[in-house]
Amino acid sequence: MMTNPTGRITQGQFSFLPDLSDAEIALQIKYGLDRGYAWSVEYTDDPHPRNTYWEMYGHPMFDLKDAAGVLLELNACRKTFPNHYIRMMAFDSTRNVETIVMSFIVNRPDDEPGFMLERQEVNGRSLHYTTRGYAASRPEGQRY
Amino acid sequence: MTMPMYAIPGSAAATAAPERPVEAANTARLAGARSVAAVLAESQVEAVLGELERDLVGLAPVKQRIRDIAALLVIDKLRANLGLAAQAPSLHMCFTGNPGTGKTTVAMRMAQILHRLGHVREGHLVAVTRDDLVGQYIGHTAPKTKEAIKRALGGVLFIDEAYYLYRPENERDYGAEAIEILLQVMENQRDDLVVILAGYKDRMDTFFQSNPGMSSRIAHHLDFPDYAEGELLQIAETMLATQNYRFGTGARGAFAEYLGHRIAQPHFANARSVRNALDRARLRQASRLFAERDRVLTRDDLVTIAEADIRASRVFAARTH
Repeated sequence: MMTNPTGRITQGQFSFLPDLSDAEIALQIKYGLDRGYAWSVEYTDDPHPRNTYWEMYGHPMFDLKDAAGVLLELNACRKTFPNHYIRMMAFDSTRNVETIVMSFIVNRPDDEPGFMLERQEVNGRSLHYTTRGYAASRPEGQRY
Repeated sequence: MTMPMYAIPGSAAATAAPERPVEAANTARLAGARSVAAVLAESQVEAVLGELERDLVGLAPVKQRIRDIAALLVIDKLRANLGLAAQAPSLHMCFTGNPGTGKTTVAMRMAQILHRLGHVREGHLVAVTRDDLVGQYIGHTAPKTKEAIKRALGGVLFIDEAYYLYRPENERDYGAEAIEILLQVMENQRDDLVVILAGYKDRMDTFFQSNPGMSSRIAHHLDFPDYAEGELLQIAETMLATQNYRFGTGARGAFAEYLGHRIAQPHFANARSVRNALDRARLRQASRLFAERDRVLTRDDLVTIAEADIRASRVFAARTH
């Protein structure tokens, strides 16, 4: 059985869809801005499912009106980290919400080897599972 | 990049669909327009131009240029509908003029007009000064300027007192860095952003002399003329009307006389001086009414600026002495 049929990591919104074009990303950003979300750009080369906190690229962008400003930041990030995973995050600052409400990947490395599932046999028939990214065996910055 | 081996029916179309159907319908109708009247009817730019004509007194050359720009944008829209591609016109502007000649007010309107014509997407105005663009230490300026630009994208970036950006007397000043970033954005993001610089005429001229790149990237240099006395009087009446006041008998004549004296004095700031004079007249009216404790004040008393309120100004006192 193939555990990774598309060869793509699926995290956040739209990750089962073909890659969004810039125009489509702009529409999503606009949707968020119209609801008062603050967008931010994050990147990583360790997309382990448990790696929740990616590196921030610049500050979260409050007070923006138009998607072009967010795209400017995104494109700057793509230029700096062309082979990293980059995701857009929308933060809703409404009182008692105060959390990320949208998140989707906008940039991926060309080759995504995926994850290995390690089964460790313990105490007779028990199993402990570990997920390990194939790319994560190399040091940071040389992974993709 | 590996694409998925499956396709979701209609996925591309679904994600690309515009979020707001009303706006989409509007755009669609605009796209079908073939005559100037049709574009004007859809974009309601005439309403804004009419408002401009009504609300702003004088400023004939400025209004003419705004009408020209509006005409260009309308014709561009018609050309685009027929598939005649042209580069988006560069609409960066520079407003020069003495204090109180309405530079900021017109800039606000400009954002509205450009939005209605579809030249900018959002039509908001971000007003900044040197403090918002230039940082205090090395490496602080670029993020600060970019932040301001990002906020203004899709609208108008209004830089008040723009000549302060360049300080030749201090060669380590970070203003030059802000100007460099601005120039880059003005060139590359012409579709997303309109930059309007404003400042006093003589200082802006020196600013442009030392930054020729800036001057050549700004297509429209608008000079705001000083107001004539009659125009100032008209402005005064409009200001009073919006604040629910009016001139009493003889007060209008007294104010005209006041203006005659005040214009000749130093530091006259056109409409701003008029507003200040009226604010002081309101103060005097209030204390005049305040003094009469037992009198029943009618609506008429409360809205009327009397001749005495204006005659009490120190401008007249300076004359008689």
